[in-house]
Amino acid sequence: MEGAWDIASVLFQVWLSMVVVLIMLPAMFGVSLGFTDLYIKVLVKTLEWATRRIQRGQNEQPTLPSQSANGIIEKDDGSMEEEIGELRRSHPKSLAGADFTLCDVFYFWKKGIENIVEDQVTQRFTSEELVSWNLLTRTNNNFCYISVRVTIIWGLGVFIRYCILLPLRITLAAIGLSWLVIGTTLVGFLPNSNVKNSLSDLVHITCYRICARGLSATIRYHNKENRPQKGGICVANHTSPIDIVILANDGCYAMVGQVHGGLMGVIQRSMVRSCPHVWFERSEMKDRNTVAKRLKDHIADKTKLPILIFPEGTCINNTSVMMFKKGSFEIGGTIYPVAIKYDPQFGDAFWNSAKYNMVSYLLRMMTSWAIVCNVWYLPPMNLKNGEDAVLFANRVKSAIANQGGLVDLSWDGGLKRAKVKDSYKEEQQKMYSSMIVGSDCHENSVGPT
Amino acid sequence: MGSTNSTLIKIPNVEELMQETGFSTAHIIRLHDRFKELDKERRGYLCPRDFEAIKGLAINPIGDRIIGAFFSPGRETVDFYTFVRILAHFRPADNSRPKESSSPEPINSRTNKLKFVFQLYDLDKDGKISRIDLLKVLRGMLEMQVTEEQLDSIVDRTIQEADLDGDDAISFEEFRKSLEKVNIDHKMSIRFLR
Repeated sequence: MEGAWDIASVLFQVWLSMVVVLIMLPAMFGVSLGFTDLYIKVLVKTLEWATRRIQRGQNEQPTLPSQSANGIIEKDDGSMEEEIGELRRSHPKSLAGADFTLCDVFYFWKKGIENIVEDQVTQRFTSEELVSWNLLTRTNNNFCYISVRVTIIWGLGVFIRYCILLPLRITLAAIGLSWLVIGTTLVGFLPNSNVKNSLSDLVHITCYRICARGLSATIRYHNKENRPQKGGICVANHTSPIDIVILANDGCYAMVGQVHGGLMGVIQRSMVRSCPHVWFERSEMKDRNTVAKRLKDHIADKTKLPILIFPEGTCINNTSVMMFKKGSFEIGGTIYPVAIKYDPQFGDAFWNSAKYNMVSYLLRMMTSWAIVCNVWYLPPMNLKNGEDAVLFANRVKSAIANQGGLVDLSWDGGLKRAKVKDSYKEEQQKMYSSMIVGSDCHENSVGPT
Repeated sequence: MGSTNSTLIKIPNVEELMQETGFSTAHIIRLHDRFKELDKERRGYLCPRDFEAIKGLAINPIGDRIIGAFFSPGRETVDFYTFVRILAHFRPADNSRPKESSSPEPINSRTNKLKFVFQLYDLDKDGKISRIDLLKVLRGMLEMQVTEEQLDSIVDRTIQEADLDGDDAISFEEFRKSLEKVNIDHKMSIRFLR
């Protein structure tokens, strides 16, 4: 009995020291030993092979055209005027001005039915569908059973992911987080000085690097010369809580968020000891002025780290960017936009908070193949003369959507849970009525009858 | 891994549905997934509230009429079959299918598409679109944005134009005639990309 315990403890010590030497130390110094790259290469080859086999198997069925990531039905992109104009062109009556025609309603019908089959908003809150299967059961939508070999590889994948990678990743995450708490608390004892700041930065970056390895994250940063500077606000599209780890691997940021209890609360309190972050009590968050003032004070102090904010306010599935809330754009600092795009082939990073809580989400992350993403730093933007916060927010949003290859939507991410405001419907009605009665008659029609 | 076949098995009478509506296996599965997505409380049927939750539909001027089309008079629920049958009206025409004289006209034929839209205009279901019907539909679409006078003149003009037999209402034949040049198949069809 004792012999078995001894052997077990020796094995455990060996394993732990391997983890420290091979993963933690390189993480501290920002050195990569190349394991992850090798792993990704092998993975890509395997998935390509699996795809070819599946395609061969599917050749008996009629081939469907390859899809765009943005929909299952074909949509006309024209505006209301264009589309209705086209409908009316085939109408025998000549239209000198605006007027109603019976066929107008087809446009609204088609749009309505399109929305019933697939609407632009709901599809952004579910995981993106893959073109070809990546050997994870969770992404298996319409892919059929193909062959014994694919099944074997899949089974092997399950074993590797759950029995080898998962324990390793959990260990790394645990080490990373405890190091964060311990390290920042220790640094917090030092008097304020440049030394303290550098040490705090080092501690933060090391932990985030360890956490990133805990997810087998491969991140490529582009345009590093545009990296956010102190006194600025870094703005990015939001897909999951992991975004923070992704961004903080390459720079130090001041986080903004609500004060939590439990483990999160412990981490938050210790982080704030070593360098200033902006944590709000729940009551403070309701008062927009308090929030704005605290953020303004933070960026006014040029020694403090740039603030990291996700203006969408909620997690979107990384195929589009939704409306940016104007609050962060009213503060007046320089905005550093950042676009984050995950490669869904290796693991779906989107957090569907309606379906999964934080713990199950993290487990799913740790049992995916890997997290592969690209981060683009965009050139800094400032509020132009005569531009208001909403326009500025939209400008930044378009820039991010463009760079990341995402669809630029003006829908509010808050629609995940809320109803559409009546003002949107009125807008549609106004647009159509101006086509029927002409916009010059509009002044007469305004006002309750 | 065998999910296609297992999903189909879960939908009873799916063969009949495919035959009647002409949707392919893949499309029925997509519609079933969508039905489940809309049916948030997993009751197996949809009610008007589930449709109203669709954002794009909520801002559509005829959103209420579209939702109403799914529910037969007096019913508050729609099951998957009715859902698919209504949507079948919007399937593009299959020109490749051989026309058998014995089989009934497909749901998505031009005539049936027109009949479907006609039914929505014809609120009192008397087979004609009367002045009152048209007024109600337009008022629903435009609410506060136009005055009574403007609405009246629009309705007058529309009926005058399409009414060929002078009975101050638009029958189905007159409706069909006034739209004969419109490419119904293109404008009233939803095409699946996959």
